[in-house]
Amino acid sequence: MELSGAEITIRCLQEEGVEFVFGYPGGAVLHIYDALFQQEKVKHILVRHEQAAVHAADGYARCSDKVGAVLVTSGPGITNAVTGIATAYMDSIPMVVISGQVPTYAIGEDAFQEVDSVGITRPCVKHNFLVKDVKDIATTIKKAFYLAKSGRPGPVLVDIPKDISNQKCEFSYPESISIRAYHPQGPGDIEQVKRAAELLLGARRPMVYAGGGVVLSDSAAQLTDLVRLTGFPCTNTLMGLGGYPSTDRQFVGMPGMHGTYEANMAMQHCDVLIAIGARFDDRVVGNVEHFAQVPRKIIHIDIDPSSIAKRVKVDVPIVGDLKLVLGQLLEVLRSSAKKTGDISDWWKQIEEWREFGGGLRYKNSDEIIKPQFVIETLYKVTGGEAYVTSDVGQHQMWAAQYYKFNQPRRWINSGGLGTMGFGLPAAMGVQFMHPDATVACVTGEGSIQMNIQELSTCRQYHLPVKVLSLNNRYLGMVRQWQQFFHGNRFSESYMDALPDFVKLAEAYGHVGMLIEKPSDVEPAIREAFARKNDLVFMDFRTDPAENVYPMVPGGKGLSEVVLSEDL
Amino acid sequence: MRHIISLLMENEAGALSRVAGLFSARGYNIESLTVAPTEEATLSRMTIVTSGSDAVIEQITKQLNKLIDVVSVMDLSEGEHIERELMLVKTRAEGNAREELKRMTDIFRGRILDVSDHTYTIELTGSGTKLDSFLNAIGRDLILETVRTGASGIGRGNRILSL
Repeated sequence: MELSGAEITIRCLQEEGVEFVFGYPGGAVLHIYDALFQQEKVKHILVRHEQAAVHAADGYARCSDKVGAVLVTSGPGITNAVTGIATAYMDSIPMVVISGQVPTYAIGEDAFQEVDSVGITRPCVKHNFLVKDVKDIATTIKKAFYLAKSGRPGPVLVDIPKDISNQKCEFSYPESISIRAYHPQGPGDIEQVKRAAELLLGARRPMVYAGGGVVLSDSAAQLTDLVRLTGFPCTNTLMGLGGYPSTDRQFVGMPGMHGTYEANMAMQHCDVLIAIGARFDDRVVGNVEHFAQVPRKIIHIDIDPSSIAKRVKVDVPIVGDLKLVLGQLLEVLRSSAKKTGDISDWWKQIEEWREFGGGLRYKNSDEIIKPQFVIETLYKVTGGEAYVTSDVGQHQMWAAQYYKFNQPRRWINSGGLGTMGFGLPAAMGVQFMHPDATVACVTGEGSIQMNIQELSTCRQYHLPVKVLSLNNRYLGMVRQWQQFFHGNRFSESYMDALPDFVKLAEAYGHVGMLIEKPSDVEPAIREAFARKNDLVFMDFRTDPAENVYPMVPGGKGLSEVVLSEDL
Repeated sequence: MRHIISLLMENEAGALSRVAGLFSARGYNIESLTVAPTEEATLSRMTIVTSGSDAVIEQITKQLNKLIDVVSVMDLSEGEHIERELMLVKTRAEGNAREELKRMTDIFRGRILDVSDHTYTIELTGSGTKLDSFLNAIGRDLILETVRTGASGIGRGNRILSL
């Protein structure tokens, strides 16, 4: 039977097992929306802004092993989506974005709502396609899903002109697909794995540095086995939190700009560093020249060869699927006659650093709400079991520091691109994936206003997300940098004319709470989370002067960390 | 250091811009870039002349390999290879210079393709440095216009870039 391009598009989504597609209609996708209307398998979630559609699909993918799906129109539809696509690209999130395009005969004529979608998204997608023949839709969408989820995952765009979605052809969904220039990595080179094992067994000051790749490849169990087997200290990056249980003694905290003292000192002074699905980015190792001053052997496991030796020199590169490579490494270590060396002196040193750094600490107050206290209370009330999404800024760092993630895919944040406005729509995606789970969105009064319109979407679909807004009346991270590095000149970082968030939440049909006293924090959070079916917006008035510590200033080395001065 | 990178890619709309976009987005140099279809209709062959430290060149080849449209990549300058560039030069050719230019063209094994009362149009093939030497030899004053293709390269002997 012949189907229209639009019907084929929806059939493809069905074949891929897409349950939800997040989107916003418009002229160029009218045929596709018409096809969507006439079936029930794929449910469409109508957001209030295309950026939010992409973040929602992104959150949906991050908290599951699924590919996020997005549908937007041409022109402003796709340009609004670009921030979301770039966010997903930087964090390697599997996603397929279908965009409408003006009819093929109008392309290049500056038609109404025309933009070069393939051109504009090229630098922030894993791959993209412009479909020029209705007969190509099925194979293109099949390829898009395959590319999005295989290898190093990422967003893939399929741009479908309006006339193509209206033409008809026979439909058959390809069972498999092959792309001749694309061969995702399997296991690692066993000789390299053996060399890595040799280094690990001889190490006196070893360190395990695991990133988002562990979460993306569902290798948390293998990582945990490796760390337990070796007895080595382990750090998880911002993207890797939950990859190894945060409450375990072998976990030394997050590394990097706002990492713990012990994690950074151990990164700096170890003699063998094994990097697993992490990419030594500037927020993690700081100044690479400073980092390179201390001699150490580096083993780097990653599925993407271009992530290896990009910023630091690597002694043993292993390209491969983390899950398989870690399996190989565990096997080699377990069958080795040699055992790991005595690292008790190293642990003693790490404990001294732990003591000196004092872990994560802040001076609590009876007068004013400390933002860290809110996160600690959130952790306590939810028993560490919540899915926590965040926006970007100080609150993001406090959430990463003070909420202890013991499982992967529970911590959902925009690590690479640092996209304000990510938290609420991402929480929507998480809640769609896990309708009965507790979902908390930790945000600030700056970030939340970048996608606050999504409170309306939450109302429409009855999403009981709990929003914890750490409202300090400042763009806190900007203010902190201005305090430290720009002579206290708080240029444009004060948030004036803020709305009444309680009334705003109520106007959208939700519950709003204003919390001003430290003693009210726990009762308020308990009350909010007891309201299982309501979205509760908690407006915490927090200390505007609070800074995120420890801090490795930009361009500095990991051991040049600034600890909180008032402790 | 100068490198000459050769690659095969899908002969599809947009493939060239993916490569060009990669270089500009990541701040890599492009000295020259040539591209044309091959005997296999679905493939284009591209030659890129670039420069950078060993680490940068390593990243360039890795990033090129990562592009879905790029089928295979070879750094020709890692081994024995041949490179050629074609140049067309229009020169002023009057009086004594006419004879001198003809002589110089012969020495460089070029050909005069077109002659007018006042000009010659000369074709020359060779490495980039040979073409530079020719321009220096005839003197900048006589040159009216030059057009160069950029280098194309191929490995020597059994070094073959294929699917």
